[in-house]
Amino acid sequence: MEIPYTVKPRPDTGLYNAKLGIWLFLASEVMLFGGLFSSYILLRVGADLWPHGMLSIPIGTFNTFVLIASSVTVVMSWASLKLGKLASFKLYMALTIACAFGFLGVKSYEYYVKFTHYDVWFKDDATAQKYFIAAYGEKGEADVRKQFVERFHLHNTKATYDPHEIQMAGHLQGNPLFASHKTLAKAKTEKIMFDPDPKFGSHDHPKAIEVLVSDVKRMSAYVPAHSTYFAIYFTITALHGLHVLGGALVLGYFLLTADKWWKKAPEQFANRIEVGGLFWHFVDLVWIFLFPIIYLL
Amino acid sequence: MQATTSTHTEAAHSHEHHHDPGFLRSYVFSTDHKVIGIQYGFTALAFLFFGFLLMMCMRWQIAKPGVPIPIVGGMLEAMLGDVAKGGVMSPDLYNAFGAMHGTIMVFLAVVPLAFAAFGNYVVPLQIGAVDMAFPRVNMASYQCFAAGGVVMFVSFFIPGGAAQGGWTSYSPLASVIPTNGQTFWLIGMVLLITSSLLGAVNFIATVIQLRAPGLTWMRMPFFTWAQFVTAFILLLAFPPLEAAGILQLVDKVFGSSFFLPTGLVVSGKPYDVSGGGSPLLWQHLFWFLGHPEVYVLILPAMGVISEIIACNTRKPLWGYKSLVYSVLAVGFISFIVWAHHMYLTGMGTKISTFFQTTTMIISIPSVIILTCLFMSLWGGSIRFNTPMLFSLAFLPMFGIGGLTGLPLGFNFSDLHLHDSYYVIAHFHYVVAPGTIFALFAGIYFWYPKMTGRYMDETLGKIHFWLSLVGMNLVFMPMFFQGLYGMSRRMSDGGATYALTNPANEGVVTALTTTVMKLNVFVTHAAVLLLIAQVPFIINVFMSMFNGKKVESDNPWQATTLDWQTPTPPPHGNFTKEIVVYRGPYEYSVPGHPTDFTPQNAPEPKLAK
Amino acid sequence: MSHDHSHSHGPGEACDHGHAHDDHNSPEYIQKTIKKYMMVGGILFAGTVLTVAMYFVHIPSVPITIAVALLIASVKAAFVAGVFMHLSDERKMIYGILLCTVFFLIGLMGLTIWAMHDPPMQTLIDGKPA
Repeated sequence: MEIPYTVKPRPDTGLYNAKLGIWLFLASEVMLFGGLFSSYILLRVGADLWPHGMLSIPIGTFNTFVLIASSVTVVMSWASLKLGKLASFKLYMALTIACAFGFLGVKSYEYYVKFTHYDVWFKDDATAQKYFIAAYGEKGEADVRKQFVERFHLHNTKATYDPHEIQMAGHLQGNPLFASHKTLAKAKTEKIMFDPDPKFGSHDHPKAIEVLVSDVKRMSAYVPAHSTYFAIYFTITALHGLHVLGGALVLGYFLLTADKWWKKAPEQFANRIEVGGLFWHFVDLVWIFLFPIIYLL
Repeated sequence: MQATTSTHTEAAHSHEHHHDPGFLRSYVFSTDHKVIGIQYGFTALAFLFFGFLLMMCMRWQIAKPGVPIPIVGGMLEAMLGDVAKGGVMSPDLYNAFGAMHGTIMVFLAVVPLAFAAFGNYVVPLQIGAVDMAFPRVNMASYQCFAAGGVVMFVSFFIPGGAAQGGWTSYSPLASVIPTNGQTFWLIGMVLLITSSLLGAVNFIATVIQLRAPGLTWMRMPFFTWAQFVTAFILLLAFPPLEAAGILQLVDKVFGSSFFLPTGLVVSGKPYDVSGGGSPLLWQHLFWFLGHPEVYVLILPAMGVISEIIACNTRKPLWGYKSLVYSVLAVGFISFIVWAHHMYLTGMGTKISTFFQTTTMIISIPSVIILTCLFMSLWGGSIRFNTPMLFSLAFLPMFGIGGLTGLPLGFNFSDLHLHDSYYVIAHFHYVVAPGTIFALFAGIYFWYPKMTGRYMDETLGKIHFWLSLVGMNLVFMPMFFQGLYGMSRRMSDGGATYALTNPANEGVVTALTTTVMKLNVFVTHAAVLLLIAQVPFIINVFMSMFNGKKVESDNPWQATTLDWQTPTPPPHGNFTKEIVVYRGPYEYSVPGHPTDFTPQNAPEPKLAK
Repeated sequence: MSHDHSHSHGPGEACDHGHAHDDHNSPEYIQKTIKKYMMVGGILFAGTVLTVAMYFVHIPSVPITIAVALLIASVKAAFVAGVFMHLSDERKMIYGILLCTVFFLIGLMGLTIWAMHDPPMQTLIDGKPA
């Protein structure tokens, strides 16, 4: 005796088993990402300071287009199967997987850019003043401070953050990954060459300045440990990325075993593609909310 | 005859060759729901016993702080080193045992036993199905669970030992303890949550899609209803904890500050993290699962009891419809009561009142369920076998547990009782002489179906009476200790705060000698409870070989479909097509030739 | 190579009911649906462009900004769910599950945010703060 309704739907529910199964799983995923989004809201509303404009919008938009395209191609691959066109199915499925890996590639690049970008906090206001002037000149220093206050207080009118405690953003020579004031202390480094970022909105690159490690209160790359802003950014996008990867692997498995399945059980195969597609669309759905909330708002 | 999905190439082979799948495929990597159910059962019982032993060590420490534990103390020192120097539990080790006792009992013992073991074995049988909807997902779910169990168990032996921040793992403590026990705990939890989610999807899909023809929703046995609601709770309540677990893992491994506030000072030094996080966020995410979790603990137990009561009173359950609607209501409301675990976190009066109100509302369907079960006894022809004894005891024990929860549900009384031994007594009454008694009852009840032999009744009755007395002697005094003001999680049993401590002379609220003496009394009672389990363990193993053989496939003369199979049920469960003609509790129907009419039996000839 | 024509498209189909729907597997129906998919794809692209464009339009009120962003995202999500995921063809069972999920999600978000922003009252003695 076989398990019923694996291919044909059950009349009163109109569903075959796997479709009900995937929707149930997606419901739990809604709660998972919902829990993370709730955490995002709470952390942001409760934060003194919430950065803005730190993520590249062109790159994020590109990735959004890539995922939307992959959603279209995955549903097209299912439609091709229903029309009996195996070759067309394979093409669309391959495109979907290509989009997935494209998305992940772009994301990895974004992560790399962040991991090699640093913020330095100085031990007191006078020291900070000295370094800001060294980097941006007298007028530049006032501009940068004003910009910081405007940018970072943009959506948070109750901020209590002292505008004099601003950090300097830039790169370290050699672009090391994950350096911090702790690694500097361990290596007993005394000075570092720091490449400050241009003023926000301009492309004038200031000259590199020499910074004494003893003047540094804290240094951190843009990593989860930097701030709750980056912590939640990395956690949510990494979890989403893992889902993209997992989905791509499953769809890849379907693509590679397509010939065998199509010959043996074409209807069930079409169902599997539908179920895989449903998961894929959910991954796209999460990004549809993730992109504006994390990148734009 | 093999039950497989149509995709399995092996199905094609086995129809032709009937080849023996071999030991590994039959017993280790099986996709058969009955094998998986038994795997879950044995693993869960092993963890139940292990968790009990952890508690015994703690009880010794509470009764006699600073005194080496006899026999076991030496072993602990040998295995764990300095934390058990001289055979005495250090406070750190006590905390680790405490945290792991809770974690193991809830996530590795009771839920797997109540939901996964009983559910997997019985639900497909009760709905007339061939197997679960997704047998391979079922196997994956067990393997995830086993992996999680291994991770949790191994954490005891890593440098620094197991997690120490309580089963609730509150930040910042959980995040700042410098050892890796907490990380292992989090990884273990992620594995266990994944296992539960896979299981929940399977159960819900199975109950919705695979009910036999004629088995409408209102003809389903209450056990299956209870498991169905439990599965929904697991499906939707666990993910936020998984999210929180991921966040805490990132805090520990990558040094972020999701749950670490700005300005945190640890051991006198400012903690070098970014800050900006919220410890309360962890609590909300944890208890969002934590509260529905307790309904996961109790609902399958209520389901088990219902089946046993109906069968052993030879009459239908009283108020079947009320039971069904109440269990649905409990499942639904359980999602919006969680902050009654957080009354002391500084919430305002409005939100506090909201949670108090929903907490009071949820007690209504719970009481309805208990009342229906009590009423089901009225006029019954009661057979006092071992499963029935445990079921009967469940009713007042759960009553005590539930009623003592009321003062905890009101924030004004919870102010005094929060984090005291009263809380420990309350929840142990519900889970220990509550759920665990129901699970014992279920083991005695379904054992004949699984093995073809009864468990020994004499040993069963000894197990029952000693356990009943033991449970009450252990937990009843704790109500008084808690009312008196004794806090939870004190590794010295409160000796620091007792009147016996000269530093507390004249302190009005110091713990009295009565309270301290009760510590010793409770520890003795716990030893009695441990001894009470010995006849059970012997019985489980011995009866497999020496137990009295059943006279038929339906030795208890029950009506539900799980008893209309061969013994033990083969692959595919049923030897003929199942069609259901009637409800699940057609006992003692006037005019019928026997005092029970199975759900799938053809219409009997009525007596004249 | 053939495939069974009667029930392979899951939602809502049972040939013993007198259904007014077209056969969900006829080539014409699938062709029409393909056009629908392409259209929705286009709508999603446009929606993304709109979302990014809104980033450059500065709305003074913060709640309105958030509402607009979420509204556009929700419309896009509704298209993905309704058309790509065939949710508009599904029956009550799936809707019921999703409705429960959304209810609990709102409960989680809403109650947690409320709890963390409803501060306790000050202690008052004789009507004045202690």
